[in-house]
Amino acid sequence: MISSNLPALQVVLPLLGAVLTALVRRGQIAWFIALVVSWTMPMIAFALLKQVLAEGVVSYALGGWAPPLGIEYRVDLVSAYILILVSLMGALVVSYAPRSVASEIAPERQAWFYTMYLLCMCGLLGIAITGDAFNAFVFLEVSSLSTYVLIALGRDRRAILSAYQYLIVGTIGATFYVLGVGLLYVMTGSLNLADIAGRIGDIDNIRPLLAALAFITVGISLKVALFPVHLWLPNAYAFAPSVVTAFLASTATKVAIYLLLRYLFSIFGVVFVFRDLPVTEILITLSVAAMIIASVVAVFQANVKRMLAYSSVAQIGYITLGIALATQTGLTGGIVHIFNHAVMKAALFMAIGCVVFRTGAVKIEDIAGIGRHMPLTMGAFVIAGLALIGVPGTVGFVSKYYLVAAALEKGWWWLAAIIVISSLIAVVYVGRVIEVAWFRDPGAAIRAAREPPLEMLVFTWILTAAIVVLGFDTELTAGIAGRAAEVLLTGMK
Amino acid sequence: MNILSPLIDHFNYFIIIFLMVSGLYVVVARGNMVKKLVGLMLFQTSVYLLYLSPGKILGGTPPIIDENFQIYSNPLPHVLILTAIVVGVATVALGLALVLRINEEYGTIEEDEIFAAEDEDK
Repeated sequence: MISSNLPALQVVLPLLGAVLTALVRRGQIAWFIALVVSWTMPMIAFALLKQVLAEGVVSYALGGWAPPLGIEYRVDLVSAYILILVSLMGALVVSYAPRSVASEIAPERQAWFYTMYLLCMCGLLGIAITGDAFNAFVFLEVSSLSTYVLIALGRDRRAILSAYQYLIVGTIGATFYVLGVGLLYVMTGSLNLADIAGRIGDIDNIRPLLAALAFITVGISLKVALFPVHLWLPNAYAFAPSVVTAFLASTATKVAIYLLLRYLFSIFGVVFVFRDLPVTEILITLSVAAMIIASVVAVFQANVKRMLAYSSVAQIGYITLGIALATQTGLTGGIVHIFNHAVMKAALFMAIGCVVFRTGAVKIEDIAGIGRHMPLTMGAFVIAGLALIGVPGTVGFVSKYYLVAAALEKGWWWLAAIIVISSLIAVVYVGRVIEVAWFRDPGAAIRAAREPPLEMLVFTWILTAAIVVLGFDTELTAGIAGRAAEVLLTGMK
Repeated sequence: MNILSPLIDHFNYFIIIFLMVSGLYVVVARGNMVKKLVGLMLFQTSVYLLYLSPGKILGGTPPIIDENFQIYSNPLPHVLILTAIVVGVATVALGLALVLRINEEYGTIEEDEIFAAEDEDK
């Protein structure tokens, strides 16, 4: 009974949890509900992965209405991979969260925080699991609307401003997406993704398809924060509560990338998108611009969270670069970097969350010498920072290894060089924080700082340990990523 | 007449494009945050029409099987757009709530004045 309804439970449980947390209105109890739900999610996700590995694609007819007429939940290797990533990150972040939330959010709003967090979780998991184009839009909006609220909960008044700006951009993005889906529906008469993929080849008049592809790609790119349309991201990450930043940085953009992969590879198909159209050229240009320009901008940031946010834009550039190459190695690199970047950015933002919890400082100059007083926290920051640069022995190296190999496979030496140059800029911005934190004399405020509470430290270090372990043992991440890339390249048949 | 006929045949699409572009223009060109939201709504409305108008067939009836009627309109777009309208209302409600909070914090909802206030803070 339960095992056959796992796909529905993956989405329904957080939704129910959200209702419950809204009803109890007490921060502590709400946290407990969120914790229980959040740890159930990765269990379901792993069970689904097991089913997919054993039996192939899992198709679930929601409400008993058979696809393509009914809404289908469809779990293949790619969606299982994303489900595990999102649910695991959510579970770790929520376990880390309670004291950080209590210190940054007013008591009467804490239960609402967990409500919004669970709704956001529900939306993100929904996008990854659904096999229906319009259903994906609804989940996209569920996750987006709750994200706007989560960002607006930040202490700084600029948090509300960045939430508003993200709302405008995000809604335009989602509306573009639904416009593209509308055009696809007019042309194919179906909303089921697998069904659309099957019918799209029979269409003679490709002009509406081009328009649909353009609208969907641009719409999702706004959510991905692809380079020229990334401007909402730095402010949103900088002013949101620490826990929210850690959660969003490791999940929200990643799910949007998943949706982009789904459309480019499974629906429109590799041949149509990458051979007939100059998508590779456009996407590589944008990715390279993101990797270089956003990294350079990160160097000049005074706020640590803002600096990491710009670094996120650069790192998303690596992922889209892998997608743009559209080869087995390149795509593996892109997909594995989805996971790896999530792990290291969550660790970095959690470490900074610990610093904010103890000192309230987010400016780089204000955390001078903090390494001597919070060595474990800043130690995690250093290891995650090294992963950001791509030092061997960390997950960052694994992704970059695949990307460089993919560039060289194509004979594009200049691209491999650009990847290395971008990593060197990362050395500068990560190094700047490390230098200030470890080698400067601490001020009075920092001298009073101690290590954060145990659970915050433990979960930061679990992620930090994962950075090193997964940097050596690549079977779990790169292995599955490689097979997911195969699934994407062969299409949804 | 020949020049006009594609215009007349597809007049619904021209209305959609007009709404869409004017909505986006308002979002980009206006500094008032409430007006921006109005533009956003206009933009979303164009998408509702994009779904609804191809679903309707002139002379078509709701798809209830009856021997007197052979031509049916597609009911699915209506259901989809009902959902989209709910999403749109939620978005605008949240947007307006944020504008209210911005007004409380900054004392204005004009974007340039807010950015000027932020620059002074730095």
